[in-house]
Amino acid sequence: MDLLEYQGKQLFRSHGVPTPDGRPAQTTEEAVEAGEELGYPVVVKAQVLIGGRGKAGGIKVANDREEAREHADAILGMDIRGFAVHELYIEKASQIAEEYYAAILLDRGAKQPMAMLSRMGGMDVEEIAERDPKAIARVHIDPLVGFQDFHGRRLAFEAGIAADVIRPVGAMLARLYDAFVGEDAMLVEVNPLLVTEAREVVALDAKVTVDANALYKHPETAQMRNSGGEDEQEQMAREHGLTYVKLDGNVGILGNGAGLVMSTLDVVAQAGGRPANFLDAGGGSRAEAIVDAVEVILSDPKVDAVLFNIFGGITRCDEVARGLVTAFGQIDVTVPFVVRLDGTNDQEGRQILADANLDGVHVEKTMLGAAARVVELAGDGETPSVTETGEHPAPVGAGTADTGAASQADVSGTDAAGAEAAGGGATPPEPTR
Amino acid sequence: MSVLVGADTKLVISGLTGREGTFHGMNNRRYGTDLVAGVTPGKGGQDVEGVPIFDTVHDAVAETGANTSMVFVPPRFAADSILEAADAGIELVVCITEGIPAHDMLRVYTHLRRGQTKLIGPNCPGVLSPGKANVGIIPAHFFSQGGVGLVSRSGTLTYQIGNELAGRGFGNSTIVGIGGDPIVGSSFIDVIAQFEDDPETELIVMCGEIGGDEEERTADYIAEHVSKPVVAYIAGFTAPPGKTMGHAGAIVSGSSGTAQAKAEALEAQGVRVGRTPTEVAEVAAELSGAAA
Repeated sequence: MDLLEYQGKQLFRSHGVPTPDGRPAQTTEEAVEAGEELGYPVVVKAQVLIGGRGKAGGIKVANDREEAREHADAILGMDIRGFAVHELYIEKASQIAEEYYAAILLDRGAKQPMAMLSRMGGMDVEEIAERDPKAIARVHIDPLVGFQDFHGRRLAFEAGIAADVIRPVGAMLARLYDAFVGEDAMLVEVNPLLVTEAREVVALDAKVTVDANALYKHPETAQMRNSGGEDEQEQMAREHGLTYVKLDGNVGILGNGAGLVMSTLDVVAQAGGRPANFLDAGGGSRAEAIVDAVEVILSDPKVDAVLFNIFGGITRCDEVARGLVTAFGQIDVTVPFVVRLDGTNDQEGRQILADANLDGVHVEKTMLGAAARVVELAGDGETPSVTETGEHPAPVGAGTADTGAASQADVSGTDAAGAEAAGGGATPPEPTR
Repeated sequence: MSVLVGADTKLVISGLTGREGTFHGMNNRRYGTDLVAGVTPGKGGQDVEGVPIFDTVHDAVAETGANTSMVFVPPRFAADSILEAADAGIELVVCITEGIPAHDMLRVYTHLRRGQTKLIGPNCPGVLSPGKANVGIIPAHFFSQGGVGLVSRSGTLTYQIGNELAGRGFGNSTIVGIGGDPIVGSSFIDVIAQFEDDPETELIVMCGEIGGDEEERTADYIAEHVSKPVVAYIAGFTAPPGKTMGHAGAIVSGSSGTAQAKAEALEAQGVRVGRTPTEVAEVAAELSGAAA
């Protein structure tokens, strides 16, 4: 789960990481009030879960009350790469002497935390890595030993930061590691890590991704959940406890188990179709979950046909069939369904569907047969964006612009650790900001 | 032979008294697995359908000689149960539990790597050696004894591929679900190394998915250390970058970790990659025909 800048800074402060003074604001009035309290100049910052805020005009300096009002007005409601700005953070402006970059993340390849430091902060980390891969110093931390002073010294000397701030930057990294562990974070990133003219070290930005599985340990963080960037179906699915990801095609897809659902998307794409979504109804899916899932899939108006691909292990096919029958009783279904049931109680499931004789429900025996059928029923729609498995479009950097950072940093990195971190474990699961 | 679990397995289940624990534990026992004990603190002295319950794993090991543990407790207690099993001298822990915090697993993984206990999972379907033992939630009736070693990050996709293989007459030495979390106890490489040494395994099928670089590293390992034929499948070609597809592990972002990159890395090392589960079985048939 990604946090907004001001939420991340709240966690930072609780672990002793220094940040400039600031106040969140949801209205222009609140923004002006915050400016008055803090004293000008202040920086008015859009709070969105995506990068490129500065370039999009979402970060502005205000020297007085009028400018604060003007900027707050302009930024609130702004659309930054598809994310509407609902909140601002008003922060005391800092006198910048140096801008560094620091991050702690989970390196999935090495199965260890990794800390990174660069003296070339303030810009895209991708860009730093491109200009000078050696400019990003990296160390792995043994999770049973924790961050030691020597880790900080190694990073500082290797990154070549100013000699007079080696100690305070090391101390900052140690506190960031405390935050990383203490908050069960997957990523803690500071860009820029600022050295002020008074030679103080402060975190000017905060990108924090926390582990959703650990939220039970952090009830206050759990309250911070931001629905920004989540569309209607995704929100609905989350409320029903389903794993749903919206895609841009017209074939609705439901399966049980993430791997099988991913494989189903691939097979549909190979058959020339375009998946409208990923929906994992989970292991042991019961009839009610199936009803909810049908509702979520059909609430996307682009869906022209739906494929159910179930291989029952814990999940019982008769439960899935019963759920589908119930859904058809409750929801006005106008698109065709293709259903493939295999595994536990598959015969019972198929019998239930045969007895119910639902309009527009086609039962197929194999996964490939079902994929071909649903693509045929869905029709062409538009030009396929993905036609063959081999023709997957080049991935668009999830974190172009001032973000995504830690993960992107290593793409062009030269050492093995970097390449591993780039692999994805280090990557925030949502588009970062 | 087989790997990880077999005729010598003596199983203790943490969480046997829970609803899911009882259901799957009894399933495993009906399959023929030697289920010797359950552990639930405070319920020592009771039994579940004749299987004795102990307060601690240490007691269970001392009384029954258990050598394998299955963890079936809620996520907030699972890391502790794995560590308890390792401390009690258990050789293999299979953790089914989904949703364990990553930092808990970091500590568990690091500790276990320094000792003798192997871990499969968490967030996995378990290990099945057909005809010998089933430890986990894999529906055993789809699988028969044979020469294919199957290792996968996913559950239901494993059943799909296993079923396609069965349709072509293949049985399995062992089926191992290593789990879909960012930190799992055993990697593809760990399991494939065991298949390479297992006389019953003639062909290896690995089933990966987007995210991380496990598959790429496994490709290099296979090229250097594996003499048996390997067929691979990768799920997630159509996954958009930057989105999580259910498994915490299945994340794509940037240019690495994509299904395409993984398939290419495997093929570059001579591993055949099936583009659909059906094609995996076709390639396996072709390779075993060639080997015979």
